[in-house]
Parts: sequence; C-alpha cells; structure tokens
Amino acid sequence: MDATTPLSPKKRARKLKDFSDGSKRMRYTLMTISIIGGFLLWYFITLIPTINTFLASPKQVLRALVSESAADGRYLKDITISLQRVLIGFGLAFVCSIPIAFLMGWYPKVRNLVEPWIQFMRTIPPIALIPLVILAMGLGEPPKYTIIFVAAFLVMVVTIYQGVKEVDKTLIRAAYTFGASDKDLFVDIVIPASFPYILVGARLGMAASLTTLIAAELTGTTFGLGARIQGAQQFMDTSIVLLGIITIGVIGFVLDKILLFVEKKLTGWK
Amino acid sequence: MEVMHMADLLIDIVDVHKRYKVEKGPSVNALNGVSLSIKRNEFVCVVGPSGCGKTTLLNIIAGLESYDSGSVTMHGQPIIGPGPERGVIFQQYALFPWMTVEKNIEYGLKFIRKRDADGNEVRFTAEEKRELAHHYIKMVNLSGFENSYPKALSGGMKQRVAIARAYALNPEVLLMDEPFGALDAQTRAQLQEDLLRTWEKEKKTVFFITHDVDEAVLLASKVVIMSARPGQIKEIVDIDLPYPRTQATKMDETFMRYKNYIWDTVYKMYLEIPK
Repeated sequence: MDATTPLSPKKRARKLKDFSDGSKRMRYTLMTISIIGGFLLWYFITLIPTINTFLASPKQVLRALVSESAADGRYLKDITISLQRVLIGFGLAFVCSIPIAFLMGWYPKVRNLVEPWIQFMRTIPPIALIPLVILAMGLGEPPKYTIIFVAAFLVMVVTIYQGVKEVDKTLIRAAYTFGASDKDLFVDIVIPASFPYILVGARLGMAASLTTLIAAELTGTTFGLGARIQGAQQFMDTSIVLLGIITIGVIGFVLDKILLFVEKKLTGWK
Repeated sequence: MEVMHMADLLIDIVDVHKRYKVEKGPSVNALNGVSLSIKRNEFVCVVGPSGCGKTTLLNIIAGLESYDSGSVTMHGQPIIGPGPERGVIFQQYALFPWMTVEKNIEYGLKFIRKRDADGNEVRFTAEEKRELAHHYIKMVNLSGFENSYPKALSGGMKQRVAIARAYALNPEVLLMDEPFGALDAQTRAQLQEDLLRTWEKEKKTVFFITHDVDEAVLLASKVVIMSARPGQIKEIVDIDLPYPRTQATKMDETFMRYKNYIWDTVYKMYLEIPK
C-alpha cells in the first residue's frame, strides 16, 4: 500500500478502554434489565421439578410473603427482632469502638497494649464464640447482642484506628505552627480528619453485624430471620428460606444506603 | 562588608548541628555547624541539592524540630517551639479539607490575642475574624471563593489560601518550604509575582526554600547556597537587583549573571554527591 494514502475515516485511532461507569441512562437501563432478567432466570429454572424441590419459585416466595405477613404477624416479628439485635449489637460496638480507636491512635502505649489482642481476635470467626457465649450468658437476648457486638466492634475499631493514625501529618504540623495545643489538635484536627473513617467503619461494621446475625440466632431462639430460615429448613419449606434470605439482603441494602447518605451529608468536603 | 545594626537582626542561627538517627545505618549529618543571620524584612532564599538540610533548617526556625547543639534565637530569645509570629507555608498547602476557605484563614486567629482599648488581651470576635479573612482573601484575589472547600480549588488557588492564612496572623516572618514546587510553570510565575507584590506592600521577613535557582534570584535579596552531606552553608550571595521585580527582571543581564553563577555552584555540588 502506498504510504501516502490517507487513512479512511473508518480507520480512526484505537479507542482506549473506557473505565468510567458510562452514562446514567445506560446504567439504569442495564440495571433494570439485570433485575428483570435475574427474576426471569430464577422463574425458569424453578420450572424444572428437581430444582423446585430445593429452590422455591418467585411465585411461591411471593405467596409466602403474603401469608407470613398477614396471619399471625410472624414475618414482621422476625424482622423486628432481628433488626433489634443488629441495631443493639452494632450500636454498642459503634459507641465503644470510637473512644478505643481514638485512644489507640493517640497514645502509643494504649495501642501497644490493645493491638495484639484485636489483631488476634480478628482472625477468629464470631461463630466460634457461640458455645462460650451460651455457657456464659444462657439462651436469652444478651448472647446475640454479644456475638454481633464482637464482630462489628473489631471491624470498626481497626478501621477507625487506621484513620486516626493516618491523619495527614502536614495538617498536624500546620496546626502546631499556629500554636495549637495537643487538645486543640485532637478536637480540631484529629476528630474531623478521622470522620470519613468513622463512617466507612460504620458501614463495614453494619455489614459485619448482618452477616453475623444468622450465627447469633443459632444460639437457641425461635424468633428472628436467622432462626426462621433455620426452622424452615427442617420442614423443607424453601419458600420461607428464600424469603428470609432476600429479606436480610434488602435490610442490608437499605441500612447501607442510609449510612451512605449520612456519609455524603457529613463528609461532603472530601 | 555592610555593618549590621543589632536592631535589624531578627533571627540569629549560630553553629547549629543536627544529626538524624537512621534505623540500620549510619546517622545522617543533616546540619553541620550552620550559622546564618536574618535581618528584618529580608527575603532569604535557600537553594541546594536534596539532602542539604534546608527543610531541617526551616523546621528548626519554625520550632517544629529540635537541634543537637548551637543556638537559634529570634529577637534574642531562643526558639523553643512554634509560634504565631512565624507563619509556615508548606509545599502541600496543608489546608484543612473540612473547612471552607474562610474558615481555614480564620482558624489560626483562634490562638492569637490582641490588645483592646484598655490594653487587655482579648480574643478576636467572630465578626473581626470574618473581616480579617475577607481582607486577606481579597489580597490573594480569591474573592467569591470564601465558602468553597479546598477540594474545589486548583493547586495555585490552594497555595494562595495558604498564603492568606499565614498573612492573616500577621507574622513577623514567613517560612516557606518550596511553596510553588508542585505548581505548573505559569501558575508558579504568577504566584511569584503575587508574592513579590504582597511582600512589597506588607513587608515581612521571608525565609524561602526552593529548588529553582530562577525563582531564588527573582525573589531574594539574599540567596543562601547549601551543600549536602553534611548540610552546610556553602556561600551567601546578596542579590543586588532593585525591587519591584517582575518576570521581566529575568531578562536582565545582572539577573542572568547571578543565576548562572548560583546554578553552576549548585550543580557542581550535585555532581560531587555520590549516587
């Protein structure tokens, strides 16, 4: 080919791989297709009888939702009790992790005393604590709070403590040059600078609380979404099992969106 | 040799030594017997290869770092910590990202007391702080950005906020650690001019660290050349060019001579450093 031949308009420069999320319209269209497609796929595979024995169809789950939420109000009670456990366990963990994380970030001595234990505990799945917790606390509500507390606390304390430790040192130096005392430094710089980490910690802690919920509800209880899923399995009632699973997913999604909203409101400067 | 009057002497650095301990390895001799006198309203620029201890020297004057021996005094009083009479401007701006431009500039005022009509020490009121902030925002040409957060500003604008923030405390000396090092050439040129205009209007003593010999000669009344390993003052060059200076000053023949001379000196030292 003659070297001077101009490139045809079709032979444009190679387009670079696009790593953006794409346009809003495209995003929403694909999301809708994905959700409807997922439900359709679910519906069609449950038409196969052998699969339907362990996987309920969307229709069956919907029917379970109606009967569960109507009759004796079992579904609502399960949700309420599970939410209560998650929120109490998570709330306690949130309240405790912040001061401990700040103490660890601020005082090297506290950090050295506490950190080995936190790092050690972090590798233990909270489920492994169930026997101990039952022996210590019996079968009431406190053991559930405790298990969720442990899971959420460890995640949050590590995240927030990292944030305190990683406060931009130039900001600290800048505050020092103005004549800020250590107390000013803590209140004016360290706390606001760690705010984003507190909110990220809260989201991770919330996710940990929900995933531990099922484990927490294995400690002898008749109510709660985890217990309900367990119970339904014994009767091979797969529509209830699926309903429970989907409900936990929806709760997690909603709680995360709430925290995400709070994060946007409080750390818009980021 | 010009005679220095004691009244003119602002900061006196005498035979300062500073070593850093390094884990696994010999300690680093950051400053080895550094002596330097800074006069009131002098514009001192420090140049030298990386590792010559210029930032260490600035940190010591700022009171952010200690030294092993020697003395560093301001008005004859030893410097033992940071203070609002010494404003520091960092290369990385160091603006508080959760504060608006206005709040950033107001922040330092919280630590300052002024005298009221009866001679009592009082804090600034919120109204006074805002007025001062607005005055200095205007000075650095950022009116309209009072309520913006730093993330919305360009690098040049951020550094202008940092300069306004330092000026708002009315310090006697500005310590600037490669303040324009992260900016593109045009923004840097503009900020150099802005700094010169501001300095000519509101005279201050400036201690300015830079890698850029052009910048040093353009701004300084005195260029301090430091050598590395150990960090020492190699030579002090008085820049005998009249103010006001502009970017056009760079075309001046005398400017070129200073620049070539200092550049040669620094580059020769750089080549001697084992790499």
